[in-house]
Amino acid sequence: MAMYNDKVMEYFLHPRNVGEIEDADGTGKYGSPVCGDMMSISIKVDDDRITDAKFKTFGCGSAIASSSVATEMMIGKTIDEALAITNKTIVDELGGLPAVKIHCSVLADHAIKSAIYDYAQKAGKHYAGLEGFDPNSDDDGHDDDGHGE
Amino acid sequence: MKQVYLDYSATTPVKKEVLQEMLPFFSEGFGNPSSLYSPGQASKEAIATARMRLASLIGASEREVFFTSSGTEADNWAILGACDAQSKKGKHVITTKIEHHAVLHSCEFLEKHGYRVTYLEVGPDGVVGLKALEDAITDETVLVSIMLINNEIGTMQPVKELCAAAHERGILFHTDAVQALGNVPIDVKDLGIDLMSVSAHKIYGPKGVGALYMKKGTRISNYMHGGAQEGKKRAGTENLAGIVGFGKAAALAEGNLGEHIKRVTELREYLIDQVLSEIPDVFLNGNRKLRHPGNANFTFKYIEGEAALLLLDTKGIFVSTGSACSSESLEPSHVLSALNIPAEFIHGSLRLTIGDFTTKEDIDYVVGELAAIVVRLREISSVSNEKGW
Repeated sequence: MAMYNDKVMEYFLHPRNVGEIEDADGTGKYGSPVCGDMMSISIKVDDDRITDAKFKTFGCGSAIASSSVATEMMIGKTIDEALAITNKTIVDELGGLPAVKIHCSVLADHAIKSAIYDYAQKAGKHYAGLEGFDPNSDDDGHDDDGHGE
Repeated sequence: MKQVYLDYSATTPVKKEVLQEMLPFFSEGFGNPSSLYSPGQASKEAIATARMRLASLIGASEREVFFTSSGTEADNWAILGACDAQSKKGKHVITTKIEHHAVLHSCEFLEKHGYRVTYLEVGPDGVVGLKALEDAITDETVLVSIMLINNEIGTMQPVKELCAAAHERGILFHTDAVQALGNVPIDVKDLGIDLMSVSAHKIYGPKGVGALYMKKGTRISNYMHGGAQEGKKRAGTENLAGIVGFGKAAALAEGNLGEHIKRVTELREYLIDQVLSEIPDVFLNGNRKLRHPGNANFTFKYIEGEAALLLLDTKGIFVSTGSACSSESLEPSHVLSALNIPAEFIHGSLRLTIGDFTTKEDIDYVVGELAAIVVRLREISSVSNEKGW
């Protein structure tokens, strides 16, 4: 059996929304190359709705697939709806990840929130879904309890 | 689709001549070598032939070769057996940070049982210094275990000199030669070593067979307990067909050694030249000259190795990586870490190992696909030459 399911492979082989939005309303970076994964997500926001999202990822197949699917899940959603995306919903959208790769979805979840956090800072807005979120936290998710799934 | 296997250091295909020689020993010549009737004795003779062939490849006497289930078992036996037999003399072992896990985890087991283990550092080229070994030896040291050729970066250790330094202090010397066998000339008498582990499946033989060379007069405790097989030193009914295959593979390796080394080295040099000239921001890990003839280990900056491995897989190209993301433990390669290569560069490492069935056309195909894949992943990557890390 292959390491990843067909959907993960599809997003890895043909990633959607690769790139950086030049005049982005918010950008977020998460992870570190030392740990093997680093993602950046940039977003355009119009009237509290995410109209575009792009990503760039240094990382393995599941990191690329997780960040790509995350951008797809964000586009068209309101900020509050996008903040409701969790690593679990990313994994579900991908139809599952191997247990040792769950942390990749955690990184994508953090990268989404980091981009929205940046937007909120710039726009001077407050969102309940960002409460307690620290974009500079160095927890890269490697020890997340999602490992056991 | 074209398929190119470039992971000969992981395992090799069983050569047809080897398989042919093994086949009669499954359903026809299946007698237990310990049985006294004629089919049993025929099996015993087949094992004796295999032992002679392997002994010949390494310059040993056939009485010094003991078959095991794997290179891993040979490593475990050598290390635990040598320590157990000398437990009254001392409880200190010296090895290196770049050994195979079969050696490292055997040493960790010893540490749990009251032994002290020194893990020698290696230089930036992956070679152990003689002085570092001499300085680490104490009156308590009972065993030095240093591999002949590293499995990841292919570097060769100066085992003859290291062994002489250990012997000067009356200490047993073991070497893991799993990657070296059939890839460099090995003469155990010249090296002077007491114990050496080898494996069949790295030299176009079957999986599930290894051997331990034990110099005449060396006393180590048994590891597998049971019947009187292998001169009462390694119990368990022999893997008859596997051992026959190991013998044939050893005979083929001995007959072809010079040509194999020449051909594979030329292809490796061609691969290294092509990769370094066709792909930017790449470097070779390990010493370029003092290495396994078929080993090339590169770091491709700004990309991650598992992603590259999977994309190569879709092109029918099979390689390995030292990236943490490819391991269950999520730890980057301990070998590349020991060379002080930064973690972000280890994640971008790919090991390509060449063997007897590799052709120049294969290399051209691989370099072309690899160059395209590196470009593709760098386009996706959040780090780059311009942006830095």
